[in-house]
Amino acid sequence: MSGCGECKGCSTGGESKIRNVDYTIALAGNANVGKSVIFNQLTGVDQIIGNWPGKTVERAEGLLLHKGKRIRVIDLPGIYSFSTYSMEELVSRDFIALEHPDAVINVIDASALERNLFFTIQLLELAPPLMIAVNQVDLAEKKGITIDTQKFSALLGVPVVQTVAIRGKGIPVLTDAITGLMQDHPVPPVLHYGKEIEERIGKIIALLETVTTQYPVRWTAIKLLERDPAIVQLINAQDPVVVEKAGLLAGEIESIHGEPVCVVMSAERYQIADRIAAEVMTMRPPGEGPLKKSLTDRLDEVALHPVLGYLGVIAVIGGLLVWTFLIGAQVSGFLQAFLSHFEQYEPVVSGPIMDILWNGAFTGFVAGVTLVIPYVLPFYLLLAILEDSGYLTRISVMLDRGMHKLGLHGKAIIPLILGYGCNVPAIYSCRIMETPKQKTLAAFLVTLVPCTARTVVILGLVAAFVNIWWALALYAFDILLIIVVGRIAFKAVPGESVGLIMEMADYHVPSVSVVLKQTWTRTKSLIWIVFPAYIIGSAIIQAFYAAGLLTPVNNLLSPVTVLWLGLPAVIGITLIFGIVRKELTILTLAVIFHTTNFASIMSPVQLIVLALVSMLYIPCISVILVLASEFGWKKALSISATEIIMAIGIGGIAFRVLSLAM
Amino acid sequence: MAQEQVEEYLETIYDLESRDGSAKTTAIAKCLKIAPASVTEVLKSLSDKGFVQYEPYRGATLTEEGKKIAGTIKRKHRLLEVFLTDVLKLNREKVHDEACRMEHTISEETEDALCRMLDAPAHCPHGSPISPCNKGVGSCAECDGAGNTGMPLVIRDKKIIPITDLRPEQKGRIAFIRGDCKVVQRLSDLGLTLGTNVSVLKKAPMGGPVEISVRRTKLAVDHAIAENIFIEPPLLGEP
Repeated sequence: MSGCGECKGCSTGGESKIRNVDYTIALAGNANVGKSVIFNQLTGVDQIIGNWPGKTVERAEGLLLHKGKRIRVIDLPGIYSFSTYSMEELVSRDFIALEHPDAVINVIDASALERNLFFTIQLLELAPPLMIAVNQVDLAEKKGITIDTQKFSALLGVPVVQTVAIRGKGIPVLTDAITGLMQDHPVPPVLHYGKEIEERIGKIIALLETVTTQYPVRWTAIKLLERDPAIVQLINAQDPVVVEKAGLLAGEIESIHGEPVCVVMSAERYQIADRIAAEVMTMRPPGEGPLKKSLTDRLDEVALHPVLGYLGVIAVIGGLLVWTFLIGAQVSGFLQAFLSHFEQYEPVVSGPIMDILWNGAFTGFVAGVTLVIPYVLPFYLLLAILEDSGYLTRISVMLDRGMHKLGLHGKAIIPLILGYGCNVPAIYSCRIMETPKQKTLAAFLVTLVPCTARTVVILGLVAAFVNIWWALALYAFDILLIIVVGRIAFKAVPGESVGLIMEMADYHVPSVSVVLKQTWTRTKSLIWIVFPAYIIGSAIIQAFYAAGLLTPVNNLLSPVTVLWLGLPAVIGITLIFGIVRKELTILTLAVIFHTTNFASIMSPVQLIVLALVSMLYIPCISVILVLASEFGWKKALSISATEIIMAIGIGGIAFRVLSLAM
Repeated sequence: MAQEQVEEYLETIYDLESRDGSAKTTAIAKCLKIAPASVTEVLKSLSDKGFVQYEPYRGATLTEEGKKIAGTIKRKHRLLEVFLTDVLKLNREKVHDEACRMEHTISEETEDALCRMLDAPAHCPHGSPISPCNKGVGSCAECDGAGNTGMPLVIRDKKIIPITDLRPEQKGRIAFIRGDCKVVQRLSDLGLTLGTNVSVLKKAPMGGPVEISVRRTKLAVDHAIAENIFIEPPLLGEP
């Protein structure tokens, strides 16, 4: 879901970091079929997760050593089709068609054979050396479904093995079958569509003689018939006549069926899938097996209940946050105490320049460690468990309606919750949204979610020196603000939004390897981006301060900080420090005033206003970097500018209102 | 005798027969504004061709063959009336005469295309029923797609409703899906293809997503998208 983005090692384009390999194979299949589990089984810990060249799509690859051969395994994104609905689909089909992997393993879910076969049929069109791993046969068995592997293999003309990847069953057979494929490179047989489709595919193949592409000819013909935008563009550049004639043939199909040609083709593929499934699948008739509702159905009665469901969502998300902070604060305090044995934790702003730089770098490091280990890591671990179990999709369904008000849909809850840990991986996870508009909107709202660092500020200023209720009120206000801003941004940002269409996979016991990998993928971006930004940024900004370069800032900002926000003038500097890392605001404050009892230097109103402004005023530098890498500098800077203006505006109003009230 | 004239006669006899039991010469003459003597001439000729059974003084009734032709013409006539009223927005009073002239010239292909475009209307603007076509398809959704597979003719006149109108646990077949091309594509990729059996599992409160079961998988679909998935509900008595 998230990638390492800035990580130089793995963004090296088509070539990967795993070198000197004898073969390359790819795993392809739907989401939620256990593909990642098979990937983990095949490759162990030797994995590199990065981006596809030039794309914001995650690329996972690993190394499999088998019978003395080094085999690179690529885990393609989990997709349902090759219809260019998304970047993931485009990346996958181009990899298979253009990079000619030595074998493609199609992982399919035994319980949902037809929908998985629909994808298999499209893989067969690309004609790679293909084999099928029918996974989760144990779960299917429980539902009364058995699959005749031999018949399956005979019908499709490709090897088929059964696996229960989560328990390692069938993996050795799978690896042996892969070896066979890699050596023989068999071309899978062609599956034929209905007569009126095949006739036209034949005509287009004849037309394609004048054209050369790297794609298989039959596949190109089918895509032209489907009016696939990417292929139409490719062929149009060579011979527009071919595209025109193919378009006429597609029009004929549309006039016969009265539906868009791509929909007709999907229906055709499902007809084939239904037919194959009917032949190879045996279902125990209801009545023989246990008639009681499945566990998933019974859990869903609570999870999707109009009242209990919402209570569940609040309890789970709230519990997650509270638990993380109760435990996190303890561990963080302990870590900080331990690390202060080596160097003073508070910023050093006077003395020799090397000391200042060293202290800056060190405190940046300590801040990273004391935020990531106690707060972010456990939070993401719990979240990954929740996600892999299937409950997160139910939360998405329950909150879908509310998300509509923000121009988003239920899936956007994932980035928003991740944002409470750290905004950086949360912004990466906005990739799960469908349209560019929805991705941008989600990322913008994520930057308003108080991450752990901002929570430290709120707790350190308000909960500690005013009371806990004001701290909670700030949280509540933030949620309200996200809703209001989301509504405005939804109207203001151009582009289209699409509604939720999401598979509701069955609940299952989370896989340890998948959970750990997901947690690591998300936390890793903190190490690559947040740590360096913390360390370098802290060192530089302290040096600037010590050199007296920041003093004019106080005067420059004083109209805003003093007159409008009603804060002490030195807050100007602390807010500048806060751009590097938000909790640096209070640490700098402590240094400047030589006290940690903030109640002695600021009134409750000032404390609340400062916390409010710190919470909103700008994403920290790591977030700005990630926004720029995902959406470009223009959007990154306009989001930052919007938030500065908004924070100052709201802060000033809050100062006046609160002064009257308190 | 011109085909158009034959069709016009058969149509008239069809109407009179369904009203009076048989079509008397005088009644036909009155309807078509023709002298009774010429009507008798034509009826004899139609009888020779095997389209009607004609007995002097008792009137004419249609043979099976005659009924088939008349039925097709009636269907074309009423589809055209719907088209002229609903699409071209012509005055309802005028559409009958207009349709009378057009019905003889349009091909079967045009008839089918009209039927599909108008989403298989059940009644003409004047309230008369439009008979289902006599193609061997299971439903309108399969219209022309199935070809002549010899499937039994199912009464097409079922009401087609959005999937959001199904009660939880109720089943139905997808008749058609409307909406943004990408969305329709996505839905059909996930198995919501035309003619597929689906059922609604749950509907989230306050216009939240609808949970749909298709081919043993479950999908959560936005309410607004689901409203554009049209379903033929099962007939009473069907499981």
